[in-house]
Amino acid sequence: MTAREKLLAEAQKRILITDGAFGTEIQNWKLEEAAYAGDLGLSHDQKGNNDILALTKPEVPASIHRAYFEAGADIAETNTFSANRISQADYGAEHLVREINVESAKLARSIADEFEAKDAKNGIWRPRFVAGALGPTNKTLSLSPDVNDPGYREIDFDYLKEVYREQIDALVEGGVDFILIETVFDTLNAKAGIMAAIEAGNDLGRDLPIMLSMTLTDLSGRNLSGHTVEAFWHAVRHAKPVTIGLNCSFGAEQLRPHVKTLSALCDTLIMVYPNAGLPNELGAYDEAPATTAGLVKEWADAGQVNVLGGCCGSTPAHIAAIAEAVKDLPARPVPTPEVRTRLAGLEPFTMAA
Amino acid sequence: MTSTTASSTSFVNIGERTNVTGSARFKKLVMAGDYAAAVEVALQQVEAGAQVLDVNMDEGLLDAHEAMTTFLKLIQAEPDIARIPVMVDSSKWDVIEAGLKCVSGKPIVNSISMKEGVDQFLEHARKCMAYGAAVVVMAFDEVGQADTKERKVEICERAYKLLVGIGFPPEDIIFDPNVFAVATGIEEHNNYGVDFIEACREIKARCPHVHISGGLSNLSFSFRGNEPVRKAMHSVFLYHAIPAGMDMAIVNAGQLDVYDQIEPELRTACEDVILNRDPDAGERLVALAERFRGTDAVAEKQAAEWRGWEVAKRLEHALVKGIDQYVVEDTEECRQAFARPIEVIEGPLMDGMNVVGDLFGSGKMFLPQVVKSARVMKKAVAHLLPFIEAAKEPGAKGKGKVVMATVKGDVHDIGKNIVGVVLQCNGFEVVDLGVMVPWSDILKAANENDADMIGLSGLITPSLDEMVTVAEEMERSSMKMPLLIGGATTSRVHTALRIEPAYTGPVVHVLDASRAVGVATALVSDTQRDDYVARVAAEYEQVRQARAGRGQSELLPIEKARDNAFEADMALKPGKPRMPGVHAFDDWDLEDLRQYIDWTPFFRAWELAGVYPAILDDKVVGESATSLFADANKMLDKIIDEKWLTARGVVGLWPCAREGDDIIVHVEDEEHVTLPMLRQQIAKREGRANMCLADFIDPDGDWLGGFAVSIHGIEPHLARFKNAIDDYSDILLKSLADRLAEAFAERLHHFTRTSLWGYAEGEQLTNEALIKEQYRGIRPAPGYPACPEHSLKPILFKMLDAHRRTGISLTESFAMLPTAAVSGFYFGHPQAEYFGVARIGQDQLEDYAARRGVSVEQATRWLRPNLD
Repeated sequence: MTAREKLLAEAQKRILITDGAFGTEIQNWKLEEAAYAGDLGLSHDQKGNNDILALTKPEVPASIHRAYFEAGADIAETNTFSANRISQADYGAEHLVREINVESAKLARSIADEFEAKDAKNGIWRPRFVAGALGPTNKTLSLSPDVNDPGYREIDFDYLKEVYREQIDALVEGGVDFILIETVFDTLNAKAGIMAAIEAGNDLGRDLPIMLSMTLTDLSGRNLSGHTVEAFWHAVRHAKPVTIGLNCSFGAEQLRPHVKTLSALCDTLIMVYPNAGLPNELGAYDEAPATTAGLVKEWADAGQVNVLGGCCGSTPAHIAAIAEAVKDLPARPVPTPEVRTRLAGLEPFTMAA
Repeated sequence: MTSTTASSTSFVNIGERTNVTGSARFKKLVMAGDYAAAVEVALQQVEAGAQVLDVNMDEGLLDAHEAMTTFLKLIQAEPDIARIPVMVDSSKWDVIEAGLKCVSGKPIVNSISMKEGVDQFLEHARKCMAYGAAVVVMAFDEVGQADTKERKVEICERAYKLLVGIGFPPEDIIFDPNVFAVATGIEEHNNYGVDFIEACREIKARCPHVHISGGLSNLSFSFRGNEPVRKAMHSVFLYHAIPAGMDMAIVNAGQLDVYDQIEPELRTACEDVILNRDPDAGERLVALAERFRGTDAVAEKQAAEWRGWEVAKRLEHALVKGIDQYVVEDTEECRQAFARPIEVIEGPLMDGMNVVGDLFGSGKMFLPQVVKSARVMKKAVAHLLPFIEAAKEPGAKGKGKVVMATVKGDVHDIGKNIVGVVLQCNGFEVVDLGVMVPWSDILKAANENDADMIGLSGLITPSLDEMVTVAEEMERSSMKMPLLIGGATTSRVHTALRIEPAYTGPVVHVLDASRAVGVATALVSDTQRDDYVARVAAEYEQVRQARAGRGQSELLPIEKARDNAFEADMALKPGKPRMPGVHAFDDWDLEDLRQYIDWTPFFRAWELAGVYPAILDDKVVGESATSLFADANKMLDKIIDEKWLTARGVVGLWPCAREGDDIIVHVEDEEHVTLPMLRQQIAKREGRANMCLADFIDPDGDWLGGFAVSIHGIEPHLARFKNAIDDYSDILLKSLADRLAEAFAERLHHFTRTSLWGYAEGEQLTNEALIKEQYRGIRPAPGYPACPEHSLKPILFKMLDAHRRTGISLTESFAMLPTAAVSGFYFGHPQAEYFGVARIGQDQLEDYAARRGVSVEQATRWLRPNLD
């Protein structure tokens, strides 16, 4: 079975669980700069370069992956949100992109294998998946950083596609099952990522399944480039994503109407991993695990989701609470929408048959 | 068809004016590098109803690659244009691909074909799939362009099979079977119209899910320069091609005639040509065409000065643009033309306001403009009223009557006034009872006026309880009319949980002014009302159930929360103030305060979303914001130059000490004053404290400050605006006074830090940094999250002797009068920060009541928003 088939088969049986936040979990280790930097001899301060820990302190991401699997996760997302040439340039670590991704993927895969094996010993076959995470980078293809020159762009499509391709190839080398293009604030960035993944799959000569996750920047349900969730789906459906959904943005409470929209529209699995509520006055998240679980369970009750997890501020306790809350609920059946020409600007446009 | 969320349509207009081969003007602009004007052309296309925007830069003297990418990037930055899909149109594949790299939605490629062979065709198709684009496929193969019906069908079917074979989604295929020119004088061309129309039918039958498109301008190529005839030909062609299956066309949406309205002789001649009814049809049309040449020019001249228009049109223009200069004379002209003055209101004025209402409803006009429109309307009505009264006629019957009030104990009315204006703009009659209105007056006014609904407003939390009281009293007197709830502290959840259960009539929470019209309209509609009321009631029932079933976050017992108190480092506490005691300021310089204004909340009060100063350049509201900002500054100049307002304030600095969660303050001439504070009780994760303001005070002795500021003297000016029927200036002045009060609070805090207390003597912060609170210390206000209990305000006022020193008084709900006022405490500890107390438990409630010296019932009333 291919990874796509395996995931679809598991998703028919139950609601699957993906993992939670990495950044806030890493902060709990209160690492010094030296711990990040290791003996790589890099010129820049490495504090906050979470992704480089795969090379310098792999026990940190390893313990977090383990904690999430123990909490009940079926999917591990690699700790590679910023492991691309653009983001790593801020740390003077562009030359390590391949290594970080290969090692992160191997690490996640080995722990996934460890948990599969543990189950197998007890006579249970429960696959664990690894999704190779691609962040949006801190550059945007749709918007000008210069208000006086709206036509200006800092980077172009082909450059971003190459940046993503480098990361995708390394993640695949490390053994990921899926390419997760997440926290999509700019739909065109995501389209560059999709193009890179499609081309990587073509060169491999096999299906390289894509997962897509959009992030909303306003309550009316648009991302930063201005696309509504429906327009986003129209713009990316050609990727034949194995999951589509939302992450980060706001808390579950604010995502509710948009989850409903996607669920009714998309003929693929819905994956949602919201933040643990809205940040408080201090920018920290303090929504209790039971609260988050109660909110996401409403979607599960309504038959709107296939995969649930957490983003900023979520912890293994949140993931465990979510897993517990939805463990007996049926998975969302994938709908078969009518055949229609679905175009999009910032807003969706559907032609009559 | 125009719905934005799920637009669906059976025929798609593709805007063609952003095509250098279709528009001479666009070509000229792009060639000259005037992209700003070129973007305007795109905007006009969208506004004229184009559903997809065709962009074509194929011009020999142009770098098409460069022009395509530049233009596409620019229109992506315009949300009004970018909302619709783009058609990337070029005969060169590299230009198309460059374009695809700049478009973020799902565009259409126009076009690919088998002209250069199957391999290249499929390669391009695969690329389109990977970029996520639909394609137009030209009926063109290695042999040439399809002209007859048979060739068109044959090529399209072959292309279809090839595409579906590589997994291309059939619904993303659009065939262009070539529209050719007719009436050219060449006999072989005569059947081209028929060939196209019949091919459409056949292709649709053989190739499921595809669409058919075509460029209409080719059809009438022989009649270049004769727009009336071209328009008629295009309309007639579509009239026959659409039923045959054509479902898209590249056409200037504003330049199509309505089939039924084409001059019959011309229409028949066009029909004869397009349907090839007889061999002489072409010649007949050519002969007839001369008569119609130039008849279109009239429309072009309309751009003349609007003052030259007929009077109803002038009134509409004045209303939409908010120009009140000529409104009285135009209204008078109208009055003389109508039999009865009331007809002027019911006719042209209401028509104009309906246009305003529609533009506002569809997000094309913003609140400040609407308020200006209302000013024009009111001036017109004021001119007519004496005539109406003289004739002893009944007043205009509006859409419905709304009684509005700010509830007892509350004095805030900017939001209520805005809602009132917007409702009036949409044909509702508004009876505004003002502020601090007891429930008995509200019910009485509603009954006496035979109102259709009541609207309640409030800003401070105690008003929430008062609204429940109004609802209960409405229930007791068996009223049935709908109750609308609005204001900053109100919410859908509070309305559902507390207000709606108290009243059996409809209760609706209205989020902001822009929603008010929709709600009110639904409630007076014979057909929608019952559905709407049932839907809202069901929604609130759901809120209640969700609330009941939800796992609330865990509360710690208050002792446990206290064990987890924030431990401030008391080595850092501020020293003794340079000038302890109470200091009053009778008339602070307004010019000085002006520099401390935080403009962002000002725009928010006008429902313009965005952060100052970026909001002035905002794509959507920038124009509106800039104009409002200019008006605001003009008024500020007058406020300062003509000394309309007076800023009065008071600061006190006292020795104090912490005792548990109380702060004990030693005020001169008094023993001591106890300020009980509340502590967060929600279970925190490791490393986070359960905060309480008392945590920032040293039990071994410390210092605390208090302040109150207000802006006086607004009343005579408001009265003046009322007389001039000028809501816009009225609301503008109130919102500026609010900003000045906030600026004064900021300024006085700054002065206290650097001078009176003096713990931050060398502080040098820009206004931006002040707004971001990058200074040391905080100034929490009673009634706000860190200190949510309003009743500390009278204690603070007594400590400051604030009423005598600043002229501020308090209502029974602890709202301050004048409304432009701020009060609070100063904490100087560098670790002091803002937080929200949020939900508290019964144990702390009882403890607080004891510390505050009131009954538990009293404390429950005061703290209701923080209780379960």
